[in-house]
Amino acid sequence: MNRTVYITLGLLLLSMKVEAQTVPNPNIDQWWSSPGVIGTALLIAIIAFVALLIIGSKLSAFIQRIQSHTNRKEKEEIKSDLINWEEEDLDWILERRKAAKKYKLSGTEHSGTSSFEDQRGLVSKVTRDPENPIVDEKKHETIRLETPQPLRNIMIWYLGSAVFWLVFGTLIGQYVGMKFIWPEMDQSPWLSFGRLRPVHTNTVFWGWASFAMVGLGYFVISRTSNTRVFSYSLAKTGWYLMNLALVSGNLLLMNGVNNGGGEYREYIWPVIVLFGSGLILTLYNFYKTVATRKVSEIYISNWYLLGGLIWTVTLILISYLPSFQDGLGETVIQGYYMHQGVGMWFMTFTLGLIYYYLPTSLNKPIYSYSLGVLAFWTQMLFYTLIGTHHFVFSPLPWWLQTVAIVFSAGMFIPVLSGTTNFLMTMKGSWSAISKSYVLPFFLVGVVFYFVGSTQGSLQAFRLTNFIWHFTDFNVAHSHMTMYGIITFILWACIYSILPKVTGNEPSSLAVGIHFWLAFIGLFAYMISLMTGGTLRGLSWIEGESFINSVILMQPYWVWRAIGGSLMFVSHLVFAYNFMVMAKKKKVSAKKISPAFTPVHS
Amino acid sequence: MFDFHKNHKLLVSTAFLGFAILSTVIAIMPAMKLQEVQPLPGMEEMSQEELKGLQIYVSENCMACHTQQVRNIEMDQVWGQRPSLASDYFYSKQRLDLWRQSPSLLGSERTGPDLTEVGKRQPGKEWHLLHLFNPRIVVKESIMPGYPWLFEEKSPAMVTKKDIIVPVATELLKNPDHKLVAKPEALALVTYLQSLSQTNLGAELSPGFIPSTRNKSDDKSDNISSELDGLQLYSETCSACHQPRGEGITGAFPPLAASEIVNDPDPNILIQIILSGYDARAEFGVMPAFGDILNDEEIAAIATHERSNWGNNASEVTAEQVAEIRKFIQNQ
Repeated sequence: MNRTVYITLGLLLLSMKVEAQTVPNPNIDQWWSSPGVIGTALLIAIIAFVALLIIGSKLSAFIQRIQSHTNRKEKEEIKSDLINWEEEDLDWILERRKAAKKYKLSGTEHSGTSSFEDQRGLVSKVTRDPENPIVDEKKHETIRLETPQPLRNIMIWYLGSAVFWLVFGTLIGQYVGMKFIWPEMDQSPWLSFGRLRPVHTNTVFWGWASFAMVGLGYFVISRTSNTRVFSYSLAKTGWYLMNLALVSGNLLLMNGVNNGGGEYREYIWPVIVLFGSGLILTLYNFYKTVATRKVSEIYISNWYLLGGLIWTVTLILISYLPSFQDGLGETVIQGYYMHQGVGMWFMTFTLGLIYYYLPTSLNKPIYSYSLGVLAFWTQMLFYTLIGTHHFVFSPLPWWLQTVAIVFSAGMFIPVLSGTTNFLMTMKGSWSAISKSYVLPFFLVGVVFYFVGSTQGSLQAFRLTNFIWHFTDFNVAHSHMTMYGIITFILWACIYSILPKVTGNEPSSLAVGIHFWLAFIGLFAYMISLMTGGTLRGLSWIEGESFINSVILMQPYWVWRAIGGSLMFVSHLVFAYNFMVMAKKKKVSAKKISPAFTPVHS
Repeated sequence: MFDFHKNHKLLVSTAFLGFAILSTVIAIMPAMKLQEVQPLPGMEEMSQEELKGLQIYVSENCMACHTQQVRNIEMDQVWGQRPSLASDYFYSKQRLDLWRQSPSLLGSERTGPDLTEVGKRQPGKEWHLLHLFNPRIVVKESIMPGYPWLFEEKSPAMVTKKDIIVPVATELLKNPDHKLVAKPEALALVTYLQSLSQTNLGAELSPGFIPSTRNKSDDKSDNISSELDGLQLYSETCSACHQPRGEGITGAFPPLAASEIVNDPDPNILIQIILSGYDARAEFGVMPAFGDILNDEEIAAIATHERSNWGNNASEVTAEQVAEIRKFIQNQ
């Protein structure tokens, strides 16, 4: 047996020698010229550019308001001039104005069954068969479909839980972030950093994002299937199971019981069995709803929702089965799990939500159904293979690392098709951004989808791993994606649907405060940790003593805490907005039949 | 045939099968394969006490900030003598109990230093206990949390002979008359940490590090033999206990500034202590031996640094002197 060990070692040695020539340590004198670094800098520049764009549109709206003020002044002047006019002239103008007021369009100028005659040459194209029949059909239905009271309740239950877990989870996150500056804030074992960190991550993952996604998903699945949700009681049971998992899981974590410290896999298996059962019930419920749909096609959103659920259930099962978790087997599964948890659950499901909520809030169809399909299958193919990129240069097999890196680059395909699809859907409606409180969230989410995902692909490269691996840059990346993409999109969806369902709109000022606090907070968080992380990595490459790199990080940790505080405050504002939106309207509920209230108020 | 958009059964089952097949290929099969790895020759099984310490390590989730993997790139050379291998984790990464799986020891964040070889880097028990109670006692800039619940304060009358007393300054205690005693959990954790070091495979068998492309000759190699950086070596090896300015820690580690042994015109005793350790004074912790860890030139550089800083003023120590004393000790 010893001989086999020696042979393996020898082979390993050989393979490393071969690789040694292909992957040299980077010349850090020119670290800024490495493609990964340049790519990331460019991506950050894109967000800064978008931020400028949003600020610009806000500014232009402001300037317009000032202009309309001067216009009004001019009108006043004309009015005073009018008093001095001759009566005959005034009568003549009055007659013309009356005639213009009486003129009415017949309503069939540009549609209808009769043959079309374009007398003025204004129409460039006439079509009888829309290019995207599925989305068009759906648009007709939206006017008629109503939200049953039980569905509305399910949404409020799930979203309410989500809001609670968001505030709780980010309070913990904020507290944990402050411990980097004041490590002796408390002496309690229940509040120590190691135990609280997974409470923060698991709560925002399984609490906030998961509950919000499922709640929003229930509306999509029933609406786009043109049918009722299969079972409301299953939905409620799922809610109880998942909440029970969160409460018990967090208490166990704080009590020092964790599964082994793998990120997002810290809940022990009985807890994850509870959560997984909730997911299985949700999957069954969603599947049955789609199965009893009253339209023949399955809308693209539902591909993602069902895919996300079946993949996540499979993922949890594989990752908690004990038969291949010893030794580095656990590490392979851990890389696979932590990446797929993000990719197959949060990203996939949220993409499904965008495919419904973005077009409906723009009141137009999605740009391309096919791009959505392409992104769906490539998401499955590429995302599944890249888990090991969390362990580059580790003792895991070199081929596994290479596959992960190659397919990380392959992620450009689903990311680009998704981004193109969303941006092309938004194209032509840019001016609506300054007039909507929902669209800025979508825009930030979509831009971060491109930037965060692409940056992640670049970060998987071996060269960038030299500088960034093990540093706080990773933490910045995960906030860029889980917060910049998932959380912003979920907010957009909640703000776009809840007022339609409950009839209560939040004040746009409060939404604006929420948006800007969260956005600026995220920016401060991200930039500080990215800068600090880069400098720390460089300090390690230089071979400086480790404690130097801790001292170096101090100011960046302070800025991270400041950014985190802004984010947390924005969540309080969001919680207030949610309460305003979720409030029951007793008057309107009595007027209409008890089981139904119209979606569009 | 491929009417995914109309056939929900086909859509969901294809998505499931595709994902399951990919997962089998990319995760389950490699994981199974890696489970077959055997321990390295000469690797020791973990003792009960070490396993108990590992459980504490997992409970407190030390993996959140500390990695245990030496990557095969040159910048990781500071953390171990060779890159980590799958076999290194044979004993440490087994299922913990019915409720908890194999711990994720490799980690993904280095907020704190890598711990692959911490047992070799910080061999002293007193240092670990002080550090666990409050890391800032020994490393002022540290941001690691303290673990005071692994210790208890006892009145001197209650202290038994078996108790390990941690030499902590009285102002850090709630009751200044009491003694700080390490609980069994703290001792187990320290035993585990002390056990952490790589199995030596020898130069021939050890896989190499991927070398840096940087041209070292420009900055270092010319004067590498003649002038080692005493300050750098002292910071890496000695200052965790004796502190950056040689002031030591009262009750735990003796000061080097103004020390008689350090300032002795004849460096004989100083070199002997560095080479073979020292445990003659009850009021201080045990000094481990560095004879196997440092070579003659390094010890000379450190001793010279100690003898010429913080107000100390004694003659330089040469590598020849160290070699002579090393030979003398070996012949004894």
